[in-house]
Amino acid sequence: MAQLNVNGAVRQFEAEADTPLLWVIREQLGLTGTKYGCGIALCGACTVHIDGVPTRSCVRPVSSVSATEKIVTIEGLSPNGSHPVQKAWVALDVPQCGYCQSGQIMAATALLKSTPRPTDEQIDQSITNICRCGTYNRIRAAIKSVSQDGRTKSAGLTITHVDGSVS
Amino acid sequence: MSAVLSTPIAGKAKVSRRGFLGATAGTGLVVAFHIPFVGSALAQDAATAIPDEINAWVVVKPDETVIIRIGRVEMGQGTLTGLAQLVAEELECNWAKVKTEYPTPGQSLARKRIWGDFATVGSRGVRLSQDYMRKGGAAARMMLVQAAADGWKVQPGDCTVAKGVITHTPSGRKTTYGKVAAAAGKLPAPDVAAIKLKDPKDWKLAGKRLARLDTADKVTGKQLYASDIVLPGMLNAAIRECPVFGGKVKSFDAATIEKRPGVKKVLRVGDSAVAVVADTWWRAKSALAALDIVWDNGGNDKVSSESIAAILKAGLDAPEGPIGNANGDARAAIAASARKIEAVYSYPFQNHATMEPMNATAKWTPTRCEVWAPTQNAEGALAACSEAAGLKLTQCDVHRMLLGGGFGRRSFTDYVTQVVRIAKQMPDTPIKLIWSREEDMTQGRYHPVTQCKMTAGLDEQGNVTALHMRISGQSILASVRPQAMVNGKDPFVFQGLNAPGPEASIGYTFPNLLIDHAMRNTHVPPGFWRGVNLNQNAIYLESFMDEIALATKQDPLALRRKMMTNHPKHLAVLNAVAERAGWGKPLPAGHFQGIAQIMGFGSYVAAVAQVSVADDGKLKIHRIVAATDCGYAVNPQQIEAQVEGSFVYGLSAALYGECTVKDGKIEQENFNTYQVLKMDEMPKVETIILQSGGFWGGVGEPTIAVAAPAVLNAIFAATGKRIRDLPIKNTSLKKA
Repeated sequence: MAQLNVNGAVRQFEAEADTPLLWVIREQLGLTGTKYGCGIALCGACTVHIDGVPTRSCVRPVSSVSATEKIVTIEGLSPNGSHPVQKAWVALDVPQCGYCQSGQIMAATALLKSTPRPTDEQIDQSITNICRCGTYNRIRAAIKSVSQDGRTKSAGLTITHVDGSVS
Repeated sequence: MSAVLSTPIAGKAKVSRRGFLGATAGTGLVVAFHIPFVGSALAQDAATAIPDEINAWVVVKPDETVIIRIGRVEMGQGTLTGLAQLVAEELECNWAKVKTEYPTPGQSLARKRIWGDFATVGSRGVRLSQDYMRKGGAAARMMLVQAAADGWKVQPGDCTVAKGVITHTPSGRKTTYGKVAAAAGKLPAPDVAAIKLKDPKDWKLAGKRLARLDTADKVTGKQLYASDIVLPGMLNAAIRECPVFGGKVKSFDAATIEKRPGVKKVLRVGDSAVAVVADTWWRAKSALAALDIVWDNGGNDKVSSESIAAILKAGLDAPEGPIGNANGDARAAIAASARKIEAVYSYPFQNHATMEPMNATAKWTPTRCEVWAPTQNAEGALAACSEAAGLKLTQCDVHRMLLGGGFGRRSFTDYVTQVVRIAKQMPDTPIKLIWSREEDMTQGRYHPVTQCKMTAGLDEQGNVTALHMRISGQSILASVRPQAMVNGKDPFVFQGLNAPGPEASIGYTFPNLLIDHAMRNTHVPPGFWRGVNLNQNAIYLESFMDEIALATKQDPLALRRKMMTNHPKHLAVLNAVAERAGWGKPLPAGHFQGIAQIMGFGSYVAAVAQVSVADDGKLKIHRIVAATDCGYAVNPQQIEAQVEGSFVYGLSAALYGECTVKDGKIEQENFNTYQVLKMDEMPKVETIILQSGGFWGGVGEPTIAVAAPAVLNAIFAATGKRIRDLPIKNTSLKKA
């Protein structure tokens, strides 16, 4: 039995050493919020944090991750979607199909942690995840709103939420 | 608030296994009105025993929860929310209490297809459902008010309703939908003729910039996609279909991989694929990769992009082809013209490349087969399931899951057939089949490949006297629905080029016009690809309009305006983008603009692209101004999202999208060779929504078609290079 530290808990699993971390997370640990998109670290749908570093888990052999390294998946970002990035994503209705959004959010949270006020160029360089629905401009707007303490005005969007609030 | 799926997934999802599955007896009611493909839906006898069901579209729970049933499927385009808004608008319920639910095609079949055609294609999600769904909401409201009035022994006309609270105005008595729902469900449905829908100008929920209903779970990882399903005892399958289309499996030696960890079975799927079933998908995929499969390529292994291009090229000058649109005598007018302009264009195969690869899960027993699938075509998936399972339709069902992208690819059901064929060989065992990205890229249903010769005749003053547009290339219908061909003609080929009509008409008047098609099909299977044939038709037409403008020394906008006087709706979106973008006004140094317009999927769209091209050839798209007239805008903030997304899809296609053929196979296997637009290339997009009213147009697709020609025309303005062969990446923009 090998061990991983995922979302604050030590988890046991059995897999061949070369199994990508993605598939251990999804199939052994049952955390399906992290997605398979390309398998060659190009699309970013599989992005998780390993000790805070955004990592494309589809090409990371599970044997290369030690039990002392702290893995965070989308499920571990906050208990109930309350992370400021998640709140910004909801405020600006970022997702369309949503399949890539776990990876986008993990990439964005890592960026904002290291660079709380990212420039457009820094966003361009850090957010290289693919979205086929085309949510890039709302992703950019949501990242900027987090860097402006949750203010969404610069996004230039008006969205009325089910509780009557407007962002 | 999230979509509640009627999907029984033990221990994984929040399950709402509604009791109506298979139920036929009971006293519930079904609203009587016409639904496309259903004919007379006066199916009160086929209703169900659910006490909370007011009609097929509306369920009201005692706790005031309103469940709106959605026939179309959500794949990111926002239809689920838009349709719920339209029903809730007529229902006058409390929006905060609304949830949504997908009925299954099996349930629909048991009720005489009461939910109509589930197909979610052609940007039809809202426009082809709005009438019957709004009537469903209105009828439910009438029944709920009637039930309250009956209880009070008053006239329903003396009652008002707002946010699910019914008030008897003269006495001030109040009750709620939840309290009267049970009684309402026992009332007869109102006469269709008595249902009066609201004037859109009175809308309070529809037409508003409401947040989507399905966002919350998409930011926490809780949203379950079909590829996330886990069923008790489930095994996982990976598959390899013959990479040469039309080929078959000749042989494979299962023993070489059977002993690998977790492998349960190596099996043939139909006559053209091999699957490995294992305890985990990764083990199944790894074992399959290690299996040596010998293929019988079936004679197509000499086909290449070059050989296909040669066949299409010959079609450009073939004598006659089915005519899509014509007036006057274009050939004669061109022959007699003072001057002739000619240009040949081409457009490549492209893969849909949904972020979630094709997948489906099935459980087969000798008496029942159930499928969980991300499908744009649930009834087609049910039929595919039934056929592959060898069971009657009534012994099968398909549970619809949220799609991780669709774009037309998931209107096909090939992956459903595959998973059922695998599951049938392993009875009682749920099987989840997921395609690798490589399988997804090489087993697509590709954007059809076409070439086009544009020929214009000009008089001595430079006026256009005639246009001949000869399209040569694939027909989607001939491949996927040959029975829909009209006397050898595929009408879809002419999207955006048709005579005046409500769907996809040309926006120019030519004194003589001939648009015809030399059908040249290939062994590469074509499919409906977001925007379909509007994409290349808009490139051909709108690029050539600029070529005419250049040849006659006119401003491209001025030329268009001159030829669009009979097409005011086309012209209105064009004028809107020109004005907002500041067409003809000074631009930042090195910036250039291009313009394009088209009509498709019932809507009128136009765009101005503003680009710069560096000396080294690096293209930057700085700004897009886009306009859409979709008649009525059900949720403007989601239309904006669709327009922005359309530029990502359309610019990915314009800049990079190309699948090439070698030895009969598609060469591109992943995003390293099939590049798509990313954040750093995404332009600013400004969206103008016009609502001229009186019609319902689609929004998911039409804008894609103007992305490429607007950019191509801007590139020409910047560089003097006219790119006629897509994608743009194949032409160097480096300064000579």
